[in-house]
Amino acid sequence: MNTVAAIDPRHAAGQRLRERVFRSATLVAAIAVLALLGGVAISLLAGAWPALARFRVGFLTREIWNPVTEQFGALAAVYGTVVTSVLALLLAIPVSLGIAIFLTEMAPLWLKRPVGVAIELLAAVPSIIYGIWGLFVLAPVLQRHVQPWLIAWLGPLPVIGRLFQGPPYGIGVLTASFVLAIMVIPFISAVMRDVFETVPDVLKESGYGLGATTWEVIWQVVVPYARTGMIGGIMLGLGRALGETMAVTFVIGNAHRIGSSLLAPGTTISASIANEFTEAVGDLYSSSLIALGALLFLITFSVIAAARFMLLRLERRALSSV
Amino acid sequence: MNRRTIRKLTNILALGLSGLATAIGLFFLGAILWTLIRNGLAGVSLKLFTAMTPPPGGGGGLLNAIYGSVVMTLIGILIGGPVGMLAGTYLAEYARTSRLSTVIRFVNDVLLSAPSIIIGLFVYELLVIRMGHFSAIAGAVALAIIAMPVTVRTTEDMLTLVPQGMKDASTAMGAYPWRTITSVIYPAARSGILTGLLLAVARISGETAPLLFTALNNQFWSSNLAAPMANLPVVIFQFALSPYPNWQQLAWSGALMITLSILVLSISARLVLFSLNSGGRH
Repeated sequence: MNTVAAIDPRHAAGQRLRERVFRSATLVAAIAVLALLGGVAISLLAGAWPALARFRVGFLTREIWNPVTEQFGALAAVYGTVVTSVLALLLAIPVSLGIAIFLTEMAPLWLKRPVGVAIELLAAVPSIIYGIWGLFVLAPVLQRHVQPWLIAWLGPLPVIGRLFQGPPYGIGVLTASFVLAIMVIPFISAVMRDVFETVPDVLKESGYGLGATTWEVIWQVVVPYARTGMIGGIMLGLGRALGETMAVTFVIGNAHRIGSSLLAPGTTISASIANEFTEAVGDLYSSSLIALGALLFLITFSVIAAARFMLLRLERRALSSV
Repeated sequence: MNRRTIRKLTNILALGLSGLATAIGLFFLGAILWTLIRNGLAGVSLKLFTAMTPPPGGGGGLLNAIYGSVVMTLIGILIGGPVGMLAGTYLAEYARTSRLSTVIRFVNDVLLSAPSIIIGLFVYELLVIRMGHFSAIAGAVALAIIAMPVTVRTTEDMLTLVPQGMKDASTAMGAYPWRTITSVIYPAARSGILTGLLLAVARISGETAPLLFTALNNQFWSSNLAAPMANLPVVIFQFALSPYPNWQQLAWSGALMITLSILVLSISARLVLFSLNSGGRH
């Protein structure tokens, strides 16, 4: 005789137990995501404590980084991190915007996918590859052909001339920014492409109907509509650039000082950690490096959180308009 | 020139610049691949896969580094994959709209773009200091932590794509949610979830920064998970910056290998996704 499964009490109890186990397992895994972020924050803070207790606010405001006398300040590394990232964005934003426009408004259908994938593959290339390419290919090219030109033409100018003075080292802040720019282009252009595609066709068609050119529709209809998402994508790229390690380590020159010239070697937070952490002798030295890490975590966390918040708001708007 | 000509010219100029920007992006991908092929191909031989990393000046290959990378990537995905899948399942099936899910989703997105060197520092504090030395298992855990948020995201996205009707049919037959999820939803989303895992493998197999102070490196063959282990990214890092020509050659060949395998992984993952998307429309 067949027993209907659902009314066999033992079977039903077994099902309920399995349900409880499975549900708990998924919940625990989901909580693990939260715990991970908390764990990272706590362990960085604990590791950074000796250095922070010793140098206090001075850690943030001093440029000195001397392992021999055990004097450490984060200013040069923070400065290098911010300058390279901002410069990288300045280079990457126009190119990313162009790519997004090409992919959404210009490319014929058969070209859209292969070109889109190729640009995305730029993001799949590991950062260490960008590092060796930057050091052995890009840096010599910049040193021989671009930097002498910058020094000759921009160096004598008032005010901004100071950014382009000194010998062309090849490696340095400018080269690092250049490599970072190439690395963030796929991230920014992917987000921009996605938000451009959320622009309702009716809006664009009204623009064309009034006789606007393609560019006028893009600049006066698409871009204003997609502004929040574009800023979110740019901040996502900024978060990437701030935390990027290996590529920068290869090409920045690792000098703990704030030079006025963009052609001079510098350092960033992540490059300092990658270069010095395994060789750091003494608790105060490694603790200072972890404190740098904590600082980087704080900076990138705020930037990424802001970016996600903007994109999240956008998603809600897209959902409510459907 | 009248207004109309100016507008037309502006249009042509702006669109031309957009095309140029795309060409610039493609140019850099091509330039990087070309450099890798030109410099890396010279060192590709059977020896690359059969010999250990050599001392400066001698001949050798990358066998121990390839082995170490494969082992740590596999352990990383074996830890990070299932945890990520379960968390993604919770977000997609058990609590799609709860406040907790919103927070977890947000935190996961932050972890997704967090600098990988920070994860390296975290695992150093968590495992390396406690064990007293660098180890392959610490490297694998660091990779697992990077793979997890990727899997959470892709799993959630893929489960959400499964038609509600299939879920309802299973529920209507009296199945508990766990039965619906494991017998109906997972099979329906199988290739999507696998694609997500492939993408996670592609992401972690090239990571260098989190391995620098967890797995470190090893000049010799080691299959001991509790000891430092060689791995391709860190070997490339050390060899490329060395002054020895034989080391630099190995770095280029290693770079070529790792990039090609990652590109193949990413492209095949996308091919699966595309065929899924076009299949779903019918």
